[in-house]
Amino acid sequence: MTVIPRTLMRGVALAGAATLALAACSSGADEADDGGGDAAAGDTASVLEEGGDLLVWAWEPTLEQVVEDFEAEHPNVDVELANVGTGNDAYTALQNAIAAGSGVPDVAQIEYFALPQFAIGESLTELSDLGAADLEGTYTPGPWSAVHQGEGIYGLPMDSGPMALFYNTEVFERLRVAVPTTWDEYVEAARALHAADPEVYITSDTGDAGFTTSMIWQAGGKPYAVDGTDVAIDFTDEGSTKFAELWQQLVDEDLVSPVSGWSDEWYQGLGDGTIATLTIGAWMPANLESGVEAGAGKWRVAPMPQWEAGASATAENGGSSLTIPAASEKAELAYAFLEYANAGDGVQTRLDGGAFPATVAELESEEFVGKEFEYFGGQKVNEVLAQSAQDVVEGWQYLPFQVYANSIFNDTVGQAYVSDLTLAEGLADWAEASSTYGADQGFTMAD
Amino acid sequence: MRMAQAVIATGLPATTRRARRSWRGWGFVGPFMAVFGLVFLAPIAYSLYLSLFRQQLVGGNAFVGIENYQRALGDAQLWAAFGRVALFLAVQVPIMLGIALLVALAIDGGRLYGASFFRISIFLPYAVPAVVATLMWGFMYGTRFGLVGNIEDALGVALPDPLAPDLVLASIGNIVTWEFVGYNMLIFYSALRVIPTTLYEAAEIDGAGPWRVITAIKLPAIRGAMVVATIFSIIGSFQLFNEPAILQNLAPNAITTHFTPNMYAYSLSFSGQQYNYSATVALIMGLLTMVVAYVVQLRGMRKEA
Repeated sequence: MTVIPRTLMRGVALAGAATLALAACSSGADEADDGGGDAAAGDTASVLEEGGDLLVWAWEPTLEQVVEDFEAEHPNVDVELANVGTGNDAYTALQNAIAAGSGVPDVAQIEYFALPQFAIGESLTELSDLGAADLEGTYTPGPWSAVHQGEGIYGLPMDSGPMALFYNTEVFERLRVAVPTTWDEYVEAARALHAADPEVYITSDTGDAGFTTSMIWQAGGKPYAVDGTDVAIDFTDEGSTKFAELWQQLVDEDLVSPVSGWSDEWYQGLGDGTIATLTIGAWMPANLESGVEAGAGKWRVAPMPQWEAGASATAENGGSSLTIPAASEKAELAYAFLEYANAGDGVQTRLDGGAFPATVAELESEEFVGKEFEYFGGQKVNEVLAQSAQDVVEGWQYLPFQVYANSIFNDTVGQAYVSDLTLAEGLADWAEASSTYGADQGFTMAD
Repeated sequence: MRMAQAVIATGLPATTRRARRSWRGWGFVGPFMAVFGLVFLAPIAYSLYLSLFRQQLVGGNAFVGIENYQRALGDAQLWAAFGRVALFLAVQVPIMLGIALLVALAIDGGRLYGASFFRISIFLPYAVPAVVATLMWGFMYGTRFGLVGNIEDALGVALPDPLAPDLVLASIGNIVTWEFVGYNMLIFYSALRVIPTTLYEAAEIDGAGPWRVITAIKLPAIRGAMVVATIFSIIGSFQLFNEPAILQNLAPNAITTHFTPNMYAYSLSFSGQQYNYSATVALIMGLLTMVVAYVVQLRGMRKEA
């Protein structure tokens, strides 16, 4: 490769850019033009050959190996992977950078719930013309629809988060408590565990917007109704009420440990058995393996507890995509990385690292479903998780300003954890504050 | 003065007068004015400009006149935050300055054993970055794994949680006091050191005791320094941000996103992307801080006269 003269390479790159421009024009005129996709693919190769630096902001641990492999395959590309925080911290950093107009990464990890806000704000590159339009059918319907905003595609799904009950089997065995299968049993187990050992809590919670909305999702609640710019928020429906009443018991009886998720104390608690379960998305195994070494061999995965015995409803929790901020000047190179990580060889690399895919082929492959996890005592964890992916309750919507709404969750619902306010009242406050913000931002809010 | 009179006396036309004016002075103030304009006036002008518009996710940017200011005047969250820092100012600042004054007088009194060691160790917390100091105190405040938790375990008592909603402001006050006592002590101490020793000798001849020396000589002499320290502390209180913002990770429900005016402005712009309203809040807070600081300065100077 190195013997090819630079001028020739540059010529190829230019030709590629020209065809891309043509492809962009033609795809505007004729959506079904296959030539557009091919031209873009050819261009990708030359862009990779040209190389360059890429700045990636992501917290997904399995990306480290992907970046290494990608760099080995394309020696001219230098990828810098930076962890600027998880979830809302990362979005604040990203919004800061976008507002400042400098230091914006070329690739950013954004969770599905946050994507609409960035897409509506025109902060992200639309990916159809870069080749994302050709990936129809590659991903499961949930994540694929989650990266769409209107007609556009604003990210490539990286993982998905169908929920399951992760539990520390050692704690349950030691204290002789049965692993719950319904939410009523869950409350009973919470009491039994804490009574048997006051150090042990069934879980930890200081008010988490993502967890709360996912729990309401599973219970069949539909508090958000979004139709274009018409938005309605209502936490008084049956599903929301069911969750609020259940969780209120745990809060009232001090049965949840007052430790915030992703804090040092939280990781410590997951390792030393003082936090016995996590009801969380299927992307958790990789995080447990990398963050909670002390828990190796102790954790197991069971289906999410149900509202009615024998049912099998689940919800999505988190799950994220890789996106290209509009301010990046290397969209083509960045897309090449996106495609490698989320549709190409990177998918298998991340699966080996414990990630949970959003791609149909991997979810259905026997190799994936049958894999035994050493960390989980040899359990075929993906059997439970892949089943959960099929049982997700349909029809859930997030707000087009969910990032902001989640940022004020602790101002409103969080107060129920530290005062006499009930969760139901906190949810009503949250709805009101979110509505006010939506109206400020020009959305048509229903009463 | 004499030159000005001379110019007036000659009564030359304005153009000629200007031509004669020396620009040498600008050479000295120019660099300062340039930096002052760039990093102080320009941002304020830009904030003023921003505060007259409203950018929406749906509908784009529009000129709204004084609408943002009207909204701010009726914003319960903003005034609750303002009330919180005002309370902080009224309680924490007198305590901090009182301790600083006591320490400065003690060191200056000359009867303290190991005065220089005492001075440096009181000052040392100021050298610790606020972020580090807050993290350190945050760990100590922890009721599970922190110092508070250890004391509870060791003595078998139940202490109140320093990070509970009704105590967290006091806990922040404790951190800020720890950080800034040394700094204010140094201001007072340096003011005390420049008092001429002849005054003390005269006082001794007049038969004044140490207490009388403090009230009649030392305190009046350092009133200027006390006004300066008070104004710094007022500004610091209204700008309270680092400490609560870092403790928020440990106590997400006790410290809301609108806990202090600065946190409110931060969360408006960076979580809510409401840059225009955030600029309005920042300008109003800046104005209020200036007014309060100016009133204190006027009062301080009147007493001095």
